[in-house]
Amino acid sequence: MSIFINKETRLIVQGITGKEGSFHANSCKEYGTNLVGGVTPKKGGQTILDVPVFNTVKEAVAEVKPNVSMIFVPAKFAANAIIEAADSGIELIVCITEGIPVYDMINAKKAVKLNGVRLIGPNCPGLISPNEAKAGIMPSSIHKKGSIGIISRSGTLTYEAVYQLTKLGLGQSTCIGIGGDPIIGTSFIDVLKEFENDNQTQAICMIGEIGGSAEEEAAEYIKENITKPVVSFITGMSAPKGKRMGHAGAIISGNKGSAASKIEALTAAGVTVCKNPADIGTIIQEVLSK
Amino acid sequence: MKIHEYQAKEIFKQYGINVPNSILCEKLEDIEKCVQSIGTPCVIKAQVYSGARGKSGGVKIAQNKENALKYASEILSMVLVSPQAGMKKVNKILIENAVDIQKELYMSFTFDRTNEAVTFIISEQGGMDIEETAVKNPEKIFKQVIYDTFYPMETIEKLGLSSDISEKTAKAAEALYKLVIEKDALLAEINPLVITKQNEIMALDAKLNFDDNALFRHEDILLMKDEKEENPLELQAQKLGLNYIKLDGTIGCMVNGAGLAMATMDIIKLAGKEAANFLDVGGGASSEKIENAFKLLISDKNLEAVFINIFGGILRCDFLAEGVKNAIANLKIECPVIVRMEGTNKEAGADILNNSGLKFTVVKDLNEAIEVIRKL
Repeated sequence: MSIFINKETRLIVQGITGKEGSFHANSCKEYGTNLVGGVTPKKGGQTILDVPVFNTVKEAVAEVKPNVSMIFVPAKFAANAIIEAADSGIELIVCITEGIPVYDMINAKKAVKLNGVRLIGPNCPGLISPNEAKAGIMPSSIHKKGSIGIISRSGTLTYEAVYQLTKLGLGQSTCIGIGGDPIIGTSFIDVLKEFENDNQTQAICMIGEIGGSAEEEAAEYIKENITKPVVSFITGMSAPKGKRMGHAGAIISGNKGSAASKIEALTAAGVTVCKNPADIGTIIQEVLSK
Repeated sequence: MKIHEYQAKEIFKQYGINVPNSILCEKLEDIEKCVQSIGTPCVIKAQVYSGARGKSGGVKIAQNKENALKYASEILSMVLVSPQAGMKKVNKILIENAVDIQKELYMSFTFDRTNEAVTFIISEQGGMDIEETAVKNPEKIFKQVIYDTFYPMETIEKLGLSSDISEKTAKAAEALYKLVIEKDALLAEINPLVITKQNEIMALDAKLNFDDNALFRHEDILLMKDEKEENPLELQAQKLGLNYIKLDGTIGCMVNGAGLAMATMDIIKLAGKEAANFLDVGGGASSEKIENAFKLLISDKNLEAVFINIFGGILRCDFLAEGVKNAIANLKIECPVIVRMEGTNKEAGADILNNSGLKFTVVKDLNEAIEVIRKL
């Protein structure tokens, strides 16, 4: 089994009538995901991509019983969209939106915790379980069903890793982008735990980047709890201190958050760390053949 | 977004935080008038987006008018060299009333990623580098993570100040916290926050950094942006909606996605070179945006080569190729351009580049890119 999403998933899209929202809702639907509706305030009653549009998530939940919501709402309103989904009984919220103010996210994360729901993102590419379902913006065609679980803080760098694996004939169980912001809903550890318990997943590829201490915490967790092989790449080895590298979360402040500290922690936890992003696929292949 | 000390002090005043009487001076001919209005002794402070101004000669105390005039004209025409920010031309100085200091404290609020909450920090070792204090005297620093309501007294009483001073400090802390939340400040630091000989609490310095993503709701803060303090290429990139950071190397790079852009810099390093920049053109870039990005990239005079690394998802490779072709056709480019394209419409993109009559080195994967860059 894949993790988080599969053939049973019932997806709605918040912001489905926008340009991005409708484009990606359609792409998920074409991939075979069961898209059951969309939400855009004041646009309820319309039909788009052959599914009904509702004014609120609560109405959507009552009418079409979704369990997953993917959010494309503009950054100004996105934190409220997360809170609305969390309050309405959605089990898994995937927030693609980039640029949400930090203090808005503090409140959104509180609502998510209070309701005991799972949030992936924000500022992430979403997730895909090949041949099962997609709730994200990644190019579908590069994926192949298989046994590698992928977790990453980045978008296009994840596609790079997936593509290298697929070219080598190595498929994926689930690929998840957890997002590049300082506050995110689902951590490396949350996903590692799921992959460890997932029968389909035989090896894990974890792609981290500079900033924060999520990779160091993941390393501690891996040492104690993960029995499956883990291969990792940390991007930003050559990034200078104090400069924000695109992602709001990717900044080395003081001596915290450097690639060197992350690589050291992961290596000490028994993780195989790639030095060259061109070799992610071949190193996973080597690790699997051992 | 950063602002100047004098601007931060204006905001402090709005929130009822005491600051010394001061005046901003931008012209040499205004110095005498400004010094006159503040009187002596006074403090002359360079206004640049950089810490450690004191260490680099950008802050001086003048006991009399003669010295005040001398220091003010020196600082207003100097180029500061600071370990934190490199070379900075001083365009503005703040002339401030000197205060009789009894004791110097440190106070700040920062967003703490680990706890996902704002953290209040206070120390009786003000005036010093707080990171240094954290190493040498960690017991002198008190922290309070604010999950819900903020009760400053809980922490301030640990400093052992008199009850009158403690209450005044708590009032300043409450005011600063209100500012932090209302204005989306990710860092608010007062170092030093002083107790004057008259038993008042006063902010002698002021540092505020705001959440760029929240500026849409703070027009007043946006107006404070000082474009002279920004790198000109980075400023131009911001206006074009591009994510660009100037670096010191010689290989210009253009990439889609922040993670892949950092990985591309790492690849350049593996090839024995250094990246000239970080440039993420984003997911949905049009060929026009690519053209602008490319022009910006090659306006950097130190380039030895350009490396374009695109993993087309939402960004289509044919759009990319069109933009690059147009940019190069209109410009004279002497350095080699190395292109690696993968993903959506890569064949169409390759056709556009190959039929353009221009010279590119197209590589099939990242390892080949490393080899080509190494041989430059």
